[in-house]
Amino acid sequence: MNMAASAGAGRLVRLAEVDRVPLRFFLDGAERQALTGDTVLSAVLSVASALRRSEFGPEARAGFCLMGACQDCWIWQENGPRLRACSTPLAEGMRLLSGAPGDWP
Amino acid sequence: MSAGEKPRVVVVGAGPAGIRAAETLVAGGLTPVVIDEGERAGGQIYRRPPQGFTRSPETLYGSEAAKAVALHQTFDTLAAVGRIVHHARSSVVAIADGRLQVLDGAGSRWVPYDRLILATGAMDRVMPVPGWENAGVYGLGAMQIALKAQGAALGRCIVLAGSGPLLTLLAVQLLKAGGQVAAVLDTASMRQQLRGFSGLSARPLFALRGLMMRRRLAGIYHAGVRLDRIEADERGPVAVLWRDEAGRSQRTPCDAVGLGWHLRAETRLADLAGCDFAYDETWRQWLPKADAMGWAASGVYLAGDGLRILGADGAEIAGRLAAAACLQDLGLQAPDMAADRRRLARFGRFARGVAAAFPWPAETAAGLPDETVVCRCEGVTAGELRKTVDFGGGEVNRAKSLGRTGMGRCQGRYCELAAAEIVAGSAGYADAVAAGRLRGQAPVRPAPISALIQDAATGG
Repeated sequence: MNMAASAGAGRLVRLAEVDRVPLRFFLDGAERQALTGDTVLSAVLSVASALRRSEFGPEARAGFCLMGACQDCWIWQENGPRLRACSTPLAEGMRLLSGAPGDWP
Repeated sequence: MSAGEKPRVVVVGAGPAGIRAAETLVAGGLTPVVIDEGERAGGQIYRRPPQGFTRSPETLYGSEAAKAVALHQTFDTLAAVGRIVHHARSSVVAIADGRLQVLDGAGSRWVPYDRLILATGAMDRVMPVPGWENAGVYGLGAMQIALKAQGAALGRCIVLAGSGPLLTLLAVQLLKAGGQVAAVLDTASMRQQLRGFSGLSARPLFALRGLMMRRRLAGIYHAGVRLDRIEADERGPVAVLWRDEAGRSQRTPCDAVGLGWHLRAETRLADLAGCDFAYDETWRQWLPKADAMGWAASGVYLAGDGLRILGADGAEIAGRLAAAACLQDLGLQAPDMAADRRRLARFGRFARGVAAAFPWPAETAAGLPDETVVCRCEGVTAGELRKTVDFGGGEVNRAKSLGRTGMGRCQGRYCELAAAEIVAGSAGYADAVAAGRLRGQAPVRPAPISALIQDAATGG
């Protein structure tokens, strides 16, 4: 079953390895499902079209190099620290944000 | 190093070059430390999916499956018995006083070394296209990584554009995996591609494989293309506007775009390690200088695409050569490398053929509209960059200070080459070499302040 196609909003299309164990995470407070072995980037882009907005322009950001070189894929967590989404494996229950936490200036 | 202690040799990077370097050092009686950003050794071209994925090596690596498996097994076996000390998911961010500053999930620490082998690989070389700042535009390498390491396509309807071997390879891989590729737009004309043919014939099998792949793209592959613009809405790309070889305007609808003009070497650590650089006319980029074995500076050796872009097979050879040179310099038994040196020379001829066949479209940079974003990190446009020339005299480090290209979080990795062409064009130079080279700065990856504070507190 193609999760991304059924979700509709995702940018990422799963073409193989779809029989992995499901993992649960939260994006902007909403519970979402991904698969064990997903990076944070894969998990978020399987349900959304971007990771965050650009800090310097009107456009959204969804990663660029996927190998830790461009740093385009940083994403916020509810508890503060940011993650490089392309090189961080998704963990059960991760709580991610597409914008800065409320107390960020 | 005190008497009786083994010299500490650190290898940075666990791709084909790093793995073969480590293996050669082990054969010479050493226990190298290998520091790599990946979860599992293999590098980018032979990147492995996480544990638990089930596609076969043939599915993942095609005709190169046997080479990939051999490299992975070599590394895993040596690491399992403790002959290699492997630091995975670790980034070297600085080099000072014979020590490497390493960041991992736990924070920062300093790793001392007696000799250093840098096998840091390469990344997509990118020319800005108006609209490339939008979400859903990726490097070709990124699209290949998504497919290989995650079994995924980064869009439902993809346009691939640029030039180089990866353009054709990725298109075929995506189609084979069930992805949809709407167009493959090669900025190299067929005439240019034929011009590189004498060099390409240095590796006839490799060249033939490329031609066979091209046949599978009949109907969607276009040579001699000019890219005008990536049209986007707030979600991302909706079409690529381009002109065909006859100059006719074309529009290909899509929801994702892959861009790449072959590769650029990752050289930031070589810079921090004190290596000299020279502008390479073939590759149109600054590359570190090294001798035929890879010796680049006192105690520093370079191997793989971070030194010369020869691809995976060349990287394996270069890794062995660098380690052999290191062993020799340490007065240890080193293998005879004459045959490898001859093979590497042949790979060099092939690589020059590739560079001639799929050229970097330097002249495009000078013609980019002023509103084109050049620095994707901070949205600096070509027009803003051109304005710095009036104040800075056309030099890339001045352009960085004044216009911020190269100051963003990728530290110029994805804009530096195009920015140098634009600065050179505005200053009236004949060539980007006259605009100079961006100086490397530590940390070469963004480091959280907490790691640096911790480091200061522990006297690092």
